[in-house]
Amino acid sequence: MSKKTRRQLTRAQRLTVIYGVVCFVLVLVVLQLWLLTATVNAWLGDDDGVVWPALAASAGCLALNIGLLRSFLHR
Amino acid sequence: MADQTSPSDPRAGFAPSRDPDDVTVAPDGRPMEEQPRWRQDFAIDTPEANFVARRDFTKFLVLTSGAFVAGQAWIAAKSLVRDRRPKPGRMRIASLAALPAGSATMFAYPGDHDPCLLIRMHDGKLLAYSQKCTHLSCAVIPEIDQGILRCPCHEGIFDLATGRNIAGPPPRPLPIIELEVIGDDVYAVGVTASTT
Repeated sequence: MSKKTRRQLTRAQRLTVIYGVVCFVLVLVVLQLWLLTATVNAWLGDDDGVVWPALAASAGCLALNIGLLRSFLHR
Repeated sequence: MADQTSPSDPRAGFAPSRDPDDVTVAPDGRPMEEQPRWRQDFAIDTPEANFVARRDFTKFLVLTSGAFVAGQAWIAAKSLVRDRRPKPGRMRIASLAALPAGSATMFAYPGDHDPCLLIRMHDGKLLAYSQKCTHLSCAVIPEIDQGILRCPCHEGIFDLATGRNIAGPPPRPLPIIELEVIGDDVYAVGVTASTT
């Protein structure tokens, strides 16, 4: 999105976009929480198979969250 | 405030530019003239305040997200360490003569801080489990006549025959201690944990 287009958004419009970003980040964080609890349960039950895929998925969620935060800060 | 210069007016280029957002909006949305005096004196632009609040909240969420990844990495590191640890060896835990049918005894395996239970059922069958409840590590108590192991802390119940969690908050079965009987002696030879 160019700077010119971005300037056309009012604060109220930007706030609507921000609400969407916040909701998306919130869902990803809840997903990570579930992933962590499931991984701890599996690991304590001697199931190491999920540890690395869960770490990769959680790191992917973090990367997505950082990307969304950057888009938020530059808006 | 109305514009004092028209677009065709050459003075328009020198007039202070006005952003449509450059207004103070009260929480109830009514014009400032209708607001109480204190709000007119200390006006807050509500959309801008909301924007900043949500930005800070999102930063906190992303920080939490990073903490979760750190937790996952910690588990992965612990997993690597556990894989390299040698398997527990054979350890004598009791003699059959000292363990009558329908009774239980405690022992520690594989470490000194890993309490376990050796149970001899009424039919003579031997069973051994970790005594730590899989919920919050309270000590479970065998109730052989009822065929259960009960955790008194939060009323968690495990099946005595299999170690499976059958009621209450425990999320996993009790780890099973593998046994070997040689002559009159009972040995612990390994630990098997599972998620189901």
